[in-house]
Amino acid sequence: MCSRTLIGEETPSQDAKMLSPEERQEIEAELARYPAKQAVTIDALLIVQKHRGWVSDETLKDLAAFLGMTVEDLDGVATFYNLIFRKPVGRHVVTVCDSVSCWIMGYEKIRRRLTKDLGIELGQTTSDGRFTLLPIVCLGTCDHAPAMMVGRDLYRDLTPEKLQGILEKYR
Amino acid sequence: MATIVVDNQPYQVHPDQSLLAACLGLGLDLPYFCWHPALGSVGACRQCAVKQFRDEKDTRGRLVMACMTPVAEGIRISIDHPEAVEFRAGIIEGLMQSHPHDCPVCDEGGECHLQDMTVMTGHAYRRYEFAKRTFRNQDLGPFVAHEMNRCIQCYRCVRYYREYAGEYDLNAFSLRNQVYFGRSEDGVLESEFAGNLVEICPTGVFTDKTLKRHYTRKWDLQMAPSVCVHCGLGCNITVGERYGTIRRIVNRYNGDVNGYFLCDRGRFGYEFVNRPERIRRPLLARDGALVPLTAEEALKRLGMLLASASGMIGIGSPRASLEANFALRKLVGAGHFFAGVGEREHRLVGLGLEILRKGPARTPSLAEIEKCDAALVLGEDLTNVAPRMALALRQGTRQQPMELARQKGIADWQDDHVREVAQDERGPLVIATPNQTRLDSIATTFRGSPDDLALFGFAVARAIERSSQAPLEDSARHEQALINETARALASAKRPLVVAGISLASESMLQAAAKVAWALAKSNPQSAISLATPEANTLGLAMMEAPALESAAQTIREGSADTVIVLENNLYRRADSRLADDVLKRAKHVVVLDFLPSETTAVAELVLPAGTFGESDGTFVNNEGRAQRFLQAFVPEEPVLESWRWLARAMAASDRGEGAAWKNLDDVLGAMVSALPVFGPVRDAAPDSGYRMAGAKIPREPHRYSGRTAMLANINVNEPKPPDDPDSPLAFSMEGAPKEPPGALIPFFWSPGWNSIQATNKFQSEIAGPLKGGNPGARLIEPPSLTVPRQPADTGETTLLLRGPEPPAGVCLAVPLYHIFGSEELSSWAPAVRELVPKPYVALNPEDAQALGLAEGQIVRVAVATSSPPGQSKDGKEFSLALKLASGLASGLVGLPAGLPDFREPTMPAWVTISKAS
Repeated sequence: MCSRTLIGEETPSQDAKMLSPEERQEIEAELARYPAKQAVTIDALLIVQKHRGWVSDETLKDLAAFLGMTVEDLDGVATFYNLIFRKPVGRHVVTVCDSVSCWIMGYEKIRRRLTKDLGIELGQTTSDGRFTLLPIVCLGTCDHAPAMMVGRDLYRDLTPEKLQGILEKYR
Repeated sequence: MATIVVDNQPYQVHPDQSLLAACLGLGLDLPYFCWHPALGSVGACRQCAVKQFRDEKDTRGRLVMACMTPVAEGIRISIDHPEAVEFRAGIIEGLMQSHPHDCPVCDEGGECHLQDMTVMTGHAYRRYEFAKRTFRNQDLGPFVAHEMNRCIQCYRCVRYYREYAGEYDLNAFSLRNQVYFGRSEDGVLESEFAGNLVEICPTGVFTDKTLKRHYTRKWDLQMAPSVCVHCGLGCNITVGERYGTIRRIVNRYNGDVNGYFLCDRGRFGYEFVNRPERIRRPLLARDGALVPLTAEEALKRLGMLLASASGMIGIGSPRASLEANFALRKLVGAGHFFAGVGEREHRLVGLGLEILRKGPARTPSLAEIEKCDAALVLGEDLTNVAPRMALALRQGTRQQPMELARQKGIADWQDDHVREVAQDERGPLVIATPNQTRLDSIATTFRGSPDDLALFGFAVARAIERSSQAPLEDSARHEQALINETARALASAKRPLVVAGISLASESMLQAAAKVAWALAKSNPQSAISLATPEANTLGLAMMEAPALESAAQTIREGSADTVIVLENNLYRRADSRLADDVLKRAKHVVVLDFLPSETTAVAELVLPAGTFGESDGTFVNNEGRAQRFLQAFVPEEPVLESWRWLARAMAASDRGEGAAWKNLDDVLGAMVSALPVFGPVRDAAPDSGYRMAGAKIPREPHRYSGRTAMLANINVNEPKPPDDPDSPLAFSMEGAPKEPPGALIPFFWSPGWNSIQATNKFQSEIAGPLKGGNPGARLIEPPSLTVPRQPADTGETTLLLRGPEPPAGVCLAVPLYHIFGSEELSSWAPAVRELVPKPYVALNPEDAQALGLAEGQIVRVAVATSSPPGQSKDGKEFSLALKLASGLASGLVGLPAGLPDFREPTMPAWVTISKAS
């Protein structure tokens, strides 16, 4: 994957760890639900991500072997979904909606404040590894725009002033 | 036929196709990207939008995708409707957003489908003014260069690579405007057919890396129709030359043979022609060295040799043309002409030829193999021996699943829908080989020694015979179950196919294949048998019915000849060195015609520089018995000449025979046809040299060919007259007939507005159908029709030496393992191919290796046992080789690579002993 990253981006260091016994166990539990191994691709990637925060090249290779797929097949799926992270992310992933409703209702102000307070641009991680800031297209809550998520928590009707308090909750 | 109305003009078209194919088949210009005639329609790119109208009164109409709309009687569409035109311009503008516009430095420039389509839609100004997305490119190995920034996301590469060629190390990654086509990491593309990406990609993402090293634009190439020399299938190729070197090979569509695709050995093996080691002047052995002569000196010398010879023999070659072989036969006399292959290959090919001739199962073309819905492969590792046939068989396994889709009313060209119905379904393909093959993932496999495989074949034949009386019983025994399953699959198929060959040197295997085909043909006249032949003219040479090398050696030993003329052949690759020495070292005078140095040229007294396929005209007979003409792409620097021309001049120099009067290829062909009537149809393989279109010859150079007046200015500022071509209707010129030539004479595919290889559309009578005027080639073998009840070719099992004699303890059977890159003599000279040639090794099944206490990579001593089966001469060689564990190799067998450039394997199968090297 490193070889395909956009020009100018840093390539992360490799996490060489193989699938852990817990991960294997959880994936095997999923396998029982489907007729074909490949059907658990997405679940397996999410399980790995739950344990590690992201999916490294090495883990991907291990997982592909485990599922009997080529690395290319698995990575085609992994890179298609924007919430499967193929690079390290912070402890908390902030996804801020830049879709049309949020954009009309003040997304720009939210983004400016977030990037200023966190000291990072979209797609970056704070140097203390606390937050990663990512754009997302629609959180399905247009009637309460603008909106964002921190980890699995949804925040709606945002104003720049509310942000400080929200981020404080996440260490 | 259905009537469709396009822009108020009625046309008659075939109903089983999409509107896009119909329009292109009519010669109408309609742009497209994601569609490809071999891949079908998916409707992804939206580039082929047209307006469809309900009836004559409907003036509003609606936009439809031509590639997704079936032809229907009375359908009314408009390509030129302003809304359709505007829509298509918008699509291409979107696709081109991030395209770098680097045409001047792009290898695709001048033959780019994207350029052609952009011009066709009239998208001339870019409005997008933001940053373009950029990617890192990957190193995909020695054949294919990668430049992802040019990508327009048509997905044709992955559809071809994964769904057509069946390899999964290339994929689409990421999403939106970041979609990336590549591998998970840098590395050689695994498919042996990856080179086709160069033609599949509509722009310059995948380009020919070998061309890049001596780059020339398509319009600057001098081109000619040719035939691949790297195996016996005879794929049609277009050779492109500039400044006396071959620059690249591209596919030449032949609807009966290779269709749209080549293998990588065929596409990238050409660079042997450009090697600095090439023999470019006559050489004479003098004081232990070869000294150059002029052509006149050489002919004089040869004339003297011929005049003083007390007995002379000629040794032909399966890699030389019919004409060259015949010229040698003429020079030395039919009784003194030998086939240039060892007795064993001679016998095997002879048996194969007999099987094909007697039938009743017919031998299919490659295109017909793609339609075979069940197949049994006996012994051949096709991907490594006859690669293009492996790709054809892979398509065959799609036939039965396609039938499922047909039953649901889905047309074959609706690619996505057909695959949705088919899922992982595959038609039956049974592969019986000693080692694993690259088709195993879509096949049922049986592993064993050559004898085991032959027995398997005979058992299948018997089971088919039995199944015609009563249904086959189920068997608990694995082998019998597999035999029954194979028999059932073949017997119930519409077009069953048996494939065999000579790569394991087993006559029993050929006989088993013939038995299976015979059993099938009794009840199904569509049954087919195909035999893979190793070299471009293996079958053609066999049809000349000359004796093998052993007889040549005998003649020399007896002293009835003291002069040997060897044609384009290294005898040390044909037989063990003792036999080759018997021919070459016992003879007083040895004359060799060849283009690259070999052990054989090293012992010659006189070497004549022969032209390669790019520099000669001639005819090859492929494994199907199809005679195909190849034409010279360029005139090599003097004195390199076609072998047959050297031989004709030699006859003139020594005042021998009618050959002295031969002026051109037609004369040789005429003489050959009257001497050997079996080659009668060969003249129909292509029009003769007198053929003209509108009174003119056909130009080998595009009309934009540049530098003509300047390219030789460093030698002489006076522009020389272009060379004459007395042998063909083609001219070494950019001037000539402006029309589309007949199939056998198409020097390159080009049509106004269609500069890329997609111009092939314009040369076909219908899309993916035959070329206008018929596909080139003349079949020499047609078995008599089935209506006459007859016995099949000799399939007596009594001649078999199955399972015996038992080898002494500790002795194993060594079988040859073939490599697409490495086992073929000529392509191994090409630097790009050479990069992928394996090092010599010895292969063992991991369990066998463990039992012997051997580990991967360990150096192992392999000794050819003295107790070889009778009739197999041995060199008594010993080798020290690194061990390679091959989990797919049948246990009890030893695998040794065949034909590698730096390794002379023993004649195999052979009994060998294995031990740790001390």
